[in-house]
Amino acid sequence: MTPVGSEPAIQLDDVVVIRDGRHVLDHVSTSFADGRITAVAGPSGSGKTTLLRLINRLSVPDSGVVRYRGTDVAELDPLALRRQVGMVFQRPTAFPGTVRDNLAAAAADRDGTYTAALKQAALDPEIIDRDTAQLSGGELQRVCLARTLVTEPEALLLDEPTSNVDDDAAEVFESAARSLADGGTTIVWVTHNRAQLERVADDVFDLRRQP
Amino acid sequence: MITWVGLAASVLLVGVAVGVSLLLRLRLERELIVASVRMSIQLALVGGVLALVIDADRSIWWSWLWVAAMVGYASDVAARRAPQVPGLRWLALAAFSVAAVVTMGVLFGLDVFPVDGRTVVPLAGMMVGNSMTATVLAGRRVLEEIGDKRDEVEARLALGQDARTAARPYVRSALRSALTPQIETTKATGLVFLPGAMTGLILAGVDPADAVKVQAVVMFLVLGAAATTTTLVALGAASRLFTPDHRLRLADADPST
Repeated sequence: MTPVGSEPAIQLDDVVVIRDGRHVLDHVSTSFADGRITAVAGPSGSGKTTLLRLINRLSVPDSGVVRYRGTDVAELDPLALRRQVGMVFQRPTAFPGTVRDNLAAAAADRDGTYTAALKQAALDPEIIDRDTAQLSGGELQRVCLARTLVTEPEALLLDEPTSNVDDDAAEVFESAARSLADGGTTIVWVTHNRAQLERVADDVFDLRRQP
Repeated sequence: MITWVGLAASVLLVGVAVGVSLLLRLRLERELIVASVRMSIQLALVGGVLALVIDADRSIWWSWLWVAAMVGYASDVAARRAPQVPGLRWLALAAFSVAAVVTMGVLFGLDVFPVDGRTVVPLAGMMVGNSMTATVLAGRRVLEEIGDKRDEVEARLALGQDARTAARPYVRSALRSALTPQIETTKATGLVFLPGAMTGLILAGVDPADAVKVQAVVMFLVLGAAATTTTLVALGAASRLFTPDHRLRLADADPST
């Protein structure tokens, strides 16, 4: 999975997650390469979202270790970890108010970080004073991406971010993600869309094929 | 003063309620009679104990003991009325205790009333009784707000916000809902309804101007107490919904994959 010579940014080592008596992740081991887009594939219910949530510690495993840049995430400050490893959720989770209010929830504007983040998310910076209630699903999801980028993360966890938007909006999102990866951001992208996986992924981790 | 005969005569009004129930076949006669008898016995007992507690010759500590018992009982009632709120018994106990210290501190510290069994027990009773509904509502609303807006809360955590910051918008919304009814009641006081304390004083022969002053203080007391108890309960309940490492507890209960 990890190409020879590139250090893994994220590693899962024999991870088990049990919810309501069911093994959502059953002894999963893998690693995600630095500066690449790794697609996490697998059928509904195979634990894709759970796997992402372990990486930024929104959830914790029942056993096994998740490492970020070689350190067990349980030993890292979760707030600092989450600023380094951003996450975009499946459903757009824009907060009430303007786009600026949303960006401000992540961090204060420092020397044009808001403008840079909006551009990286393929949004016109003039959108900043619009109310999120007036935006389309595709725009909302890119506002969520921009909001995540305000903290200048080294890695991004994308949980089927385009499953609720049309094809054109998905394409814009994909090219924004590609530019980020080309700029050195590590991306773990959960998708069940085979065509998207082939378009965006440098590497693929298939949860179905786990022993 | 009401004579025993007068009191007995007022029971006729319960007769009217029972009559209505019989006439319309509401089947509430038994309930009405049980409620009336029970209320009378409870009031007689409380009156008897109060007479002992607030006796001028008795130590004021008996009155404070009574207040402590009221606070304890109120916490138990709050916990039973909203069992879904984690740890509400202890949160409410802390909240009512702090509210008691704050409100009694102002009323007695600033000499609004003299410290006396006759003032301590009724004022503390008003404070606890009238802030109960808002307190329970605050606990319930925090749970509902954070449960309903779970995706938003987690998105805030994922941005690196700490649990308290992530919960703040939802705690604020819960507090607004919990305090609004009390604010509305305060606005309507004197116009839409005459409150019990004032009515009681006027009936007992106190000058209406004095009764109004007492009532105004009671309304301020209730507002201050409700703001204190709801804030403490809302903040406390919200913090219990998160783990020490800033994860939402509700999230792991969900078999989301």
